[in-house]
Amino acid sequence: MASLLAFLLFAGLAVVCALVALFHRSVVHSAFALLGTLLGVADLFLQLGADYLAMTQVLIYVGGILVLILFGLMLTPPDRRELRPARIFLGLAVTGAGALLFLTRMDSGAWKAAPLQELPDLANQASPTAEPIGLAFLERDSWLLAFEFASVILLAALVGAVFIARRRFRVDDEGA
Amino acid sequence: MYFHYANILVFLVAGMAFVFLNMVIGSLLRPKRKTDEGLEPYECGEETIGSSWFRFDIRYYTVALVYIVFAVEVAFLFPVARVMRQAFEIEGIGGLALIEAFLFVAILFLGLAYVWVKGDLNWVRAFQREFEERRRLEAERRASSPPPARKAS
Repeated sequence: MASLLAFLLFAGLAVVCALVALFHRSVVHSAFALLGTLLGVADLFLQLGADYLAMTQVLIYVGGILVLILFGLMLTPPDRRELRPARIFLGLAVTGAGALLFLTRMDSGAWKAAPLQELPDLANQASPTAEPIGLAFLERDSWLLAFEFASVILLAALVGAVFIARRRFRVDDEGA
Repeated sequence: MYFHYANILVFLVAGMAFVFLNMVIGSLLRPKRKTDEGLEPYECGEETIGSSWFRFDIRYYTVALVYIVFAVEVAFLFPVARVMRQAFEIEGIGGLALIEAFLFVAILFLGLAYVWVKGDLNWVRAFQREFEERRRLEAERRASSPPPARKAS
């Protein structure tokens, strides 16, 4: 009962905030509404027994990506071309195709949705997931190589992102 | 299990209540004088210049990018740190666990060193570089297209 109540509360928070993010006139308010959506999704992870994933969601998406989105908005001048019919049509086509794919696949295989009453109480049964993940990172014939390779990928992402952000000075100057 | 998450809930509620209570207490205690100065947006005592709806400096973005990379690093290191003592006693891992974790940090430290040396974390130097870049571009533009007006006169 408590888990169903928590699910309804946080899933509702996620959906309502997503709708605000979609339909609010100010993009900055949309970005702030995304905060509620990401927190709601973090709770869904928690209720499915993935406590490490929930923590990562809060740390990286709520703490980092959202800040990046806000800075991105503050750096971007308003663009009137967003309202051209061709762009609107392209956006509708892409999201429509995604929604169609999701709706047709939702009722088959791994996507199969469980009835609301039969939600397993995974949060009460599951054990913490951080320890098995940590051990899997350290064992040689498990995910050790992937773990170390993640560091290299992060290094490439850091250097590349900073390099591209630095080049912006020139782009701005030529545009002015 | 839900009991474990109760402390997070208490933390959230206490944090929200702290902000809300302070605002309530402030609205009760502060004098209500509606002068022109009092109604202006407060900028640490400075008088505001222009609108606050301007484009932010790109350097904020660089710092945020660096932050995200290291947040992901923390997300990777957290489960490893959690089992470090345990891993020491497992046959086949032992002391290697420490080396593996150090290697992970060392590779990312190269990135930090690169950003640091290149001056992307340095507010003033980055500004100087931008200034010099602008001047260089201005000089290039002048060299490539000399103003014809001077020759005519």
